[in-house]
Amino acid sequence: MASKISTFKPFSSRIFTVFALFIALTARISAQDHNEHHEATVVNDSIGAVDSMAVTTAAPMDAAASHHEAKEEAVDITKVAFEHILDSHSWHLWGEGHDAVAIPLPVIVKGDNGFTFFMSSAFHHDVHGMNVVEVNGDRFVNFEEKIYLASEVANEHGQFLTFNQEGEVANAAALDLSITKNVTQMFISVIVLVLLFSSIAKSYKSHGVTSAPRGKQSFFEPLIVFVRDDIAKGNIGPKYEKFVPYLLTVFFMILINNVFGLIPIGANLTGNIAFTLVLSVCTLIITNINGNGAYWHHILLPPAPKWLYPILIPIEVVGIFTKPFALMIRLFANITAGHIIVISLVGLIFVFKTIYISPVSVAFALFIDVLECLVAFLQAYIFTMLTALFIGSAVAEHHHEEAHGHTAEHH
Amino acid sequence: MTGSIAAIGAGLAVIGAGIGIGQIGGHAMDAIARQPEATSKIQTAMIIAAALVEGVALFGVVVALMSK
Amino acid sequence: MNVFILASLIEPGVGLIFWTTITFVLLLFLLGKFAWKPILSAIKTREEDIDKALKSAENALRDMRELKAANEVILNEARAERDGILKEARETREAMVAEAKQKAQAEADRIMGSARDQIQNEKNAAVAELKNQVAVLSIEIAEKILKSELSNDDKQKALVNTLVKDINVN
Repeated sequence: MASKISTFKPFSSRIFTVFALFIALTARISAQDHNEHHEATVVNDSIGAVDSMAVTTAAPMDAAASHHEAKEEAVDITKVAFEHILDSHSWHLWGEGHDAVAIPLPVIVKGDNGFTFFMSSAFHHDVHGMNVVEVNGDRFVNFEEKIYLASEVANEHGQFLTFNQEGEVANAAALDLSITKNVTQMFISVIVLVLLFSSIAKSYKSHGVTSAPRGKQSFFEPLIVFVRDDIAKGNIGPKYEKFVPYLLTVFFMILINNVFGLIPIGANLTGNIAFTLVLSVCTLIITNINGNGAYWHHILLPPAPKWLYPILIPIEVVGIFTKPFALMIRLFANITAGHIIVISLVGLIFVFKTIYISPVSVAFALFIDVLECLVAFLQAYIFTMLTALFIGSAVAEHHHEEAHGHTAEHH
Repeated sequence: MTGSIAAIGAGLAVIGAGIGIGQIGGHAMDAIARQPEATSKIQTAMIIAAALVEGVALFGVVVALMSK
Repeated sequence: MNVFILASLIEPGVGLIFWTTITFVLLLFLLGKFAWKPILSAIKTREEDIDKALKSAENALRDMRELKAANEVILNEARAERDGILKEARETREAMVAEAKQKAQAEADRIMGSARDQIQNEKNAAVAELKNQVAVLSIEIAEKILKSELSNDDKQKALVNTLVKDINVN
């Protein structure tokens, strides 16, 4: 691996350095934005509450205002961190409350009267269930970026929601197929990938195969060859060729979204469990539909004495699912953890309420960002490689009978 | 209160992963020092092993997160 | 509030699963058809070309090596032949020289022999001549001596006496 990568090391390391600096700078700028808008937020939020009440005639105004003021007393770093990590219905750029600048995204939800469509700007940046959107006879509220069917009247905090004993929302959740921030980024990344690689494919066609690769081609060709030779051929064996397109797609999809996630306003798609779930389910399906006789034989008739079968067979069957499950959790948790660390380090400035801590914050955040650049590659590599490993174990021609005979003799 | 217990759980998971990845890294260094010509193979194996250990640790962290 | 956030962190959203599935399958199809297929086949073709080129270069090298070996053999043969010719020439030369020497020697011997014979003959002739000359001279001298000895009577008498004496003894 090292030898392959080292061939374009100077170029990539320079890009990484520039990129990391860019990240650090923008992280600083966005942190300052938070700082500036902090004082204004309290006022604005209460105005926001008034707005929504004007529309919907709800609970007393001071109740809503006090509810908000209690929240805004200190910057809740956990809340900020999770706001950055989680999906949302609008693409938030900067600012808070009603000053927030966000790109509205389409919301597609299914209420009682079927699917309805409206823009996320209809919620007026409200994520506390206070602003009811009435479309097509259905009433929706956004609570912590989840869309619920609104209650008829507001509760004492001005929220059109009812909570049960455990403090959970009792309202029915709407089936939400919105084009959220993550979905938008996914579309962007797909467009980028398709344009990028089809243009590379075109340059192969136009320049022919006899000339040396140039431009994009020379940057991506080593990666493609690396995925094909080191990941696919190395782990799957002679039948690798069929799986190379899948492995390449997974590798570049994860890589590009890892990198997009590192850009401060980018969405944290690979750190979202739904995305990693779909990828690992794809791996699960591909592994198992390509599993040969030896693979199933190993699961259903493991090489062990018969009396162990009641224990071993369930373990082997569960093992089919735990391997992709581990893939899902690994990618999700790695990327999420990296983002939380960066945001927490920037958040130190607000925890200590002094600008003098910022050099420490920035230095550490920069270090972690550079590390995250490595992790972006590494996690894409590990996901792809483990996928290849699982596929390899499913399609490999085991000399199973032999091994079975040997173990039987031992017992 | 449950939050702090979850944090302790996550911390314990991290200790285990730290020991594990430390062992992997250290032994990989030994192996590379002994056979520098096999560096790339050792690195690949090291990354895989580290990823597996890390996966287990992340399970711990996720379970800690899930236990609200 | 954290409870909701944590729940939504672990809980996969239906909408995102839905869109991810559609998008990912679409991406797999699009990239598989328009990107990976041509790229992988191009890379493969290039690798095969490179392999072919390397193999042909190797073949050329081997051919060259064979050619070189053949050349070496030919060169060695030529060298051996040249050596043979040179050796033969040297032998011929030596033989010729030896023959010439022998001939010269024989000629010289013959010339020397004839010269020696001639010298001998000349010498013999000279000796005979000398002998004749000496005899003539001796006779002349003897005549002269006799003439001077026998010029007076006394001497004649003395001589007769001596001669008579000798006869007497006998």
